[in-house]
Amino acid sequence: MIPLPVGTDAGARGVVSEEGKEGGPASVRGTPTLKRGFAHMLKNGVVMDVTDAEQARIAEEAGAVAVMVLDKLPSDVRKAGGVARTAGMGAIRDIMGTVTVPVMAKCRIGHVYEARVLQEADVDMVDESEVLTPADEMRHIWKWDFTAPFVNGARSLAEALRRIEEGAAMIRTKGEPGTGNVAEAVTHIKAVNGGVRAARAAREAGDSQEMVRMARELRVPLGLLDQTAELGRLPVVNFAAGGIATPADAAYLMSLGCDGVFVGSGIFKAGDPKERARAVVLAATFWKDPAKVAEAQEMIDERSSMLGLDAASVELRMQERGGLA
Amino acid sequence: MSGAGLRVGVLSLQGDVRENVEAAEAALESEAGGNGAVAEAASPGEIAGSDCLVIPGGESTAIGGMSLVSGAAAAVRERAGAGAPILGICAGLILLSRGASDRTVGATGQPLLDVLDVRVERNSFGRQRQSFEADVSMEPCGIPSTRGVFIRAPSVSEAGPGVEVLARHGGRIVAVRQGAVIGTAFHPELAGDLALYRHFIGGAAAARDGRRQR
Repeated sequence: MIPLPVGTDAGARGVVSEEGKEGGPASVRGTPTLKRGFAHMLKNGVVMDVTDAEQARIAEEAGAVAVMVLDKLPSDVRKAGGVARTAGMGAIRDIMGTVTVPVMAKCRIGHVYEARVLQEADVDMVDESEVLTPADEMRHIWKWDFTAPFVNGARSLAEALRRIEEGAAMIRTKGEPGTGNVAEAVTHIKAVNGGVRAARAAREAGDSQEMVRMARELRVPLGLLDQTAELGRLPVVNFAAGGIATPADAAYLMSLGCDGVFVGSGIFKAGDPKERARAVVLAATFWKDPAKVAEAQEMIDERSSMLGLDAASVELRMQERGGLA
Repeated sequence: MSGAGLRVGVLSLQGDVRENVEAAEAALESEAGGNGAVAEAASPGEIAGSDCLVIPGGESTAIGGMSLVSGAAAAVRERAGAGAPILGICAGLILLSRGASDRTVGATGQPLLDVLDVRVERNSFGRQRQSFEADVSMEPCGIPSTRGVFIRAPSVSEAGPGVEVLARHGGRIVAVRQGAVIGTAFHPELAGDLALYRHFIGGAAAARDGRRQR
């Protein structure tokens, strides 16, 4: 069993399929078990950003559990400026015809119709992502309306639980995308973990006053905060993302309690993408064994790592997008 | 860990390991009075030390590739050869098979264990949007109806003569048994209905006790 939504969200029931109506074996699609369950199948794995079928093939061969299709890798989004939108349908179709692993794609925060288009294209998971230019800074997509599962970024327990309230089936740290600098992702997972610990302590002390104060401060539903406190972790799968560039980065984030990692620019903006893709997968899989992580680290050449950016000096703070909502 | 108890190993390279450990623990409690232990198993030693094994859901290409690296692949085959009960779920069913092709991409060429004499079609019901829950009948296991959670599920496209079909959905084979090895396209660990898990653990505990008495 996996944790299911608390409360009475009508939208969380799922879609009864046509087969059922035609008298065949009754089946239901889009239920929370199916959407959250999909994310559980990715655990202890690496999801890689790709822009074309060739990169997707390299990712799959390296052992990626899924690929994320973008028009440009996050570091190129930074360089290009302008408005960043969802990937082209042609690229998505090409990649779906090339790899057997799940194919994800990003839509702009709040852009209901980019998400609808991706669902129609049969994308396996939609990332409502701060890497793209938000369509609505104050309102995220109401994700219970979709059959496709969504992943959202979060910098804190408050953001994570608000996205889960909206129907996110999976959470990832925001980090600072396209920088090759893991510092912000580390800060964000530690903030989420710290929030969970505080809620758990209040719950274990039977301090209902503190629980409700905390829920109001975080602007999250009390029931969801209580479920999180009881579990001692988010009720959905929680990955690291943003700035991961090396096997050691991936292993470190796994050790902080992340269920898996997304790697954006870190692989295909490096000089050694094939070796690095494989090395990051090995490090994320065998992170508990430092000797194996060292072997993985030896597979890459640090002179080939993307140069990266100091997060404090980047002009565009993608992580702040949609953060107030 | 009790020396006399059933040692259940859950292959822990990638996928929903925690949910399978929890389901196995619940089934061990109800079927064997908790006499035994469930542990994650990734290294050849951990696998060799398990009386029965669960290969969880996840991405079969990732688990397969990593099982070659860790030596788990050879260790699982060795356990299968020794007659150990094995439950392969979704990606686990794919890994246990002798051949896999993808519904859209075709032959996958991925590493497989060749433990079950079946060929599988991956993503047989479509992509994630077509993932579904439905009731499944597993009469050969004494389970009239159980909740099947199918996530980008495979199906069995060819089954050899020694393979018993345990369940079908929409005309497709979604669960099989060959000797002590069971493969399912759906996820009993996610369904909140542990009937199949109880069947597997109960059978594994009985087989172990039977061997001890002989």
